[in-house]
Amino acid sequence: MNWDALWLSIRLASLTAVLLLLIGMPLAHWINASRWRWKFLAEAVIALPIVLPPTVLGFYLLIAFAPNRPLGAFYARIVGSPLPFTFGGLLVASILYSLPFAVQPLAAAFAGVDPRLIENSWMLRESRWRTFVRVILPLSRRGMMTAFVLSFAHTLGEFGVVLMIGGNIPGVTRTLSIDLYDQVQALNNRAAAETALVLLILSFFFLSIVAYINRSKGERLRGADR
Amino acid sequence: MTRIGALWFWVLACIVGVAPPSRAAESLPTLTVAAASDLQFALGEIASAFERAIGSAVKVSFGASGSFVAQITAGAPFDLFFSADEAIPQHLIEAGLAVPESFHRYATGRLVLWVPEGSPIDVAREGMKSLLHPSVRRIALASPIHAPYGKAAVAALQSSGFYDRLQPRLVFGENVAQAAQFVQSGNAEIGLLSLSHATAAPMKARGRFWLIPAEAAFPLHQAVVLLKRSGHPALSQSLIDFTRGEEGKAILERYGFTIPSEAK
Repeated sequence: MNWDALWLSIRLASLTAVLLLLIGMPLAHWINASRWRWKFLAEAVIALPIVLPPTVLGFYLLIAFAPNRPLGAFYARIVGSPLPFTFGGLLVASILYSLPFAVQPLAAAFAGVDPRLIENSWMLRESRWRTFVRVILPLSRRGMMTAFVLSFAHTLGEFGVVLMIGGNIPGVTRTLSIDLYDQVQALNNRAAAETALVLLILSFFFLSIVAYINRSKGERLRGADR
Repeated sequence: MTRIGALWFWVLACIVGVAPPSRAAESLPTLTVAAASDLQFALGEIASAFERAIGSAVKVSFGASGSFVAQITAGAPFDLFFSADEAIPQHLIEAGLAVPESFHRYATGRLVLWVPEGSPIDVAREGMKSLLHPSVRRIALASPIHAPYGKAAVAALQSSGFYDRLQPRLVFGENVAQAAQFVQSGNAEIGLLSLSHATAAPMKARGRFWLIPAEAAFPLHQAVVLLKRSGHPALSQSLIDFTRGEEGKAILERYGFTIPSEAK
């Protein structure tokens, strides 16, 4: 078992999930609230990583963020190091790659909040911001947990993008899924079996959490109907 | 016929209509070949020349030599395996997966230091010291786990005495072609690549290289084997012979490979 790779994957996945929650909340709120006529295009862009081959994302990141390109030079100046072959680069890639897994559950949860409660809050002269923080967010706890867990699990399973922009650096970009690939290629079946089992158990565990969160929500709603 | 039925009829008609007509050439089977990434350009040419000469098509999969071992062990349908070293074909013979008599050295590869056009590094003058140039943030090489070129690159770095100092700057491609892509795209400033990549069309005009002395690097004697699983051993053997023949040798030499004396 490569503990460095496991620790790296967990760090990458949890940071991605936290940042995606922060980025996803305003995005999801905007999707629900906006009446912009081209909004459907923005929604399609957010959903893209679900269907886009990871190699497409990897290719664009590698070309656009090369330190000798304008975007790459700009990124390197702001962050201090170029995007490819760095942990920060993997983080940026993972945020893009897991974006829909955070935004979609959040948008669904925000949309599920009873509009009467929101209107009551407005009638009590609470601002839109306070209404969002005090009414919508607490009622969307399950959606937030789902978003967090799904983006964590999806990042843990990232492979193609990391293979293309990671450079396989131990402790920096050699994630657990890349390590598994190396072990299989090196016919190191014992180590590969351990790594695969860890990834399988982790993924199963996280998806069980998601299923559990959403099952109990269904039951709660059925109870409320009665 | 209902509308949907008519639609399906036309869909089927189109599929049948565009199905490729069987050609006379199909009487000769297609060979499926696994090959080291450094052969990306040379073997493509050899395959077309073989097709013209013999009339049998050759499909080639490129990858790190080491990455094919797991695939071949798992029963991948390759007829031949052109490795970038001798150890992996030997291993396949010992594992009973390849035909011992088919083992032949076909070429010797060379490792180069490559920098893109516009790089401030004078690789021809600096040699291995190029790696210490202040503009170098990333050094691309192939993965030493899968790729003979990766092993050779690590050996060259170690014999230069800079390995420990440079280790934090190393980035690993899955194979030597990916390492080449890292440098060519500007994501690494210098790479330890194959001479065959440095002399191939997509890179030749876009950079400069310095040939790493053979004694500094792991020797890259490359061997080919016929896999036992092949359904076309005679045809496969003729591709080996073709590669080692005059036309094959000329193509390999054009891409910077040295032909071993026993094959001459």
